[in-house]
Amino acid sequence: MTVSNELDRRFRAAAAASGDLDVHYDLLDTPVGPLLVGATDRGLCRIWFDPEPERFAADVARTHGARVLRVAGSVDDARRQLDEYFEQRRQDFDLDVDLRVAPFHERVLAELRRVPYGRLTTYGTLAAQVDAPRAARAVGTVMNRNPLPIVLPCHRVVGANGSLTGYGGGLPRKEQLLRLEGALI
Amino acid sequence: MNAVAAIPPFETMYQTHRDEILAFLRRRLGRDRADDAFQETFLRALRAYGRLEHGLHLRAWLYTIAGRVALDELRHRPTQSNPPEPAHEDGRPAYAELEHLSAALPPTERAAVVLRYGYDLAYSDIALALGSTEDAARQAASSGVRRLRRKELR
Repeated sequence: MTVSNELDRRFRAAAAASGDLDVHYDLLDTPVGPLLVGATDRGLCRIWFDPEPERFAADVARTHGARVLRVAGSVDDARRQLDEYFEQRRQDFDLDVDLRVAPFHERVLAELRRVPYGRLTTYGTLAAQVDAPRAARAVGTVMNRNPLPIVLPCHRVVGANGSLTGYGGGLPRKEQLLRLEGALI
Repeated sequence: MNAVAAIPPFETMYQTHRDEILAFLRRRLGRDRADDAFQETFLRALRAYGRLEHGLHLRAWLYTIAGRVALDELRHRPTQSNPPEPAHEDGRPAYAELEHLSAALPPTERAAVVLRYGYDLAYSDIALALGSTEDAARQAASSGVRRLRRKELR
């Protein structure tokens, strides 16, 4: 005997309305592939390129609490803004975020958020902007663990020699995002 | 960190157990009333989930909640075919009394005792809840009761 889609949907909606969830998430379709997007009542908390809901839920549970549930339509504000971004109708995201990361990560990510659409910066530049000019490698680590790729634009950060270096979602996606923004020809 | 005792995300717990909990509630309440009880069971579980201290015995814990929801449902909206409510002589429901008395028992025995004598579940359902066999469930309940008796005599 299996739970019907209707009963499942009803429970998930009731759970979201109860206010007892730590995190709600949904799977979005985008031109760079499926995105898992999670949010708390305070704001966006996780974006994953990897469409593995079970690992995603476990990962976000570690930082934001175990009461994690997929709720269809629960991140529709982010969905709408991402759609607009991919249609080149939006350059900045107007979304609250709920990061819960270490203070150094928080400072670097706040600086990252200010890197404008279609522009490139380097790990060293970001390091200097948070008054840690020798911490380019540590900034690389922060980019690597960016909980909100695309929205916090770590794809705009490249090596000092202009090479794309790496990307959590894979280099082809980094290139695709930078092409979309007109930062690469 | 103990991986065995880690609390899984609610999503994972829900997906793992939703089908069997619905089946259990249908046996207790019938098809028509099981859906509401299903939602109520998982809403109560969600409310309590943030206070869990470990991920052990989640299945038995969930069955205990489902059993309580089924009892509430039978009490508030009785039908002719209701099984009689397990009651205690002082008027308190038997499960409330048992949960208190059995607090010191090992978890498996405690779950077996509460589910059997507090909620009047069949051993086949208790075996499901504990992830064991009917025989093992029967044994856990009876050794739990023996332990309670010894405690009472002391």
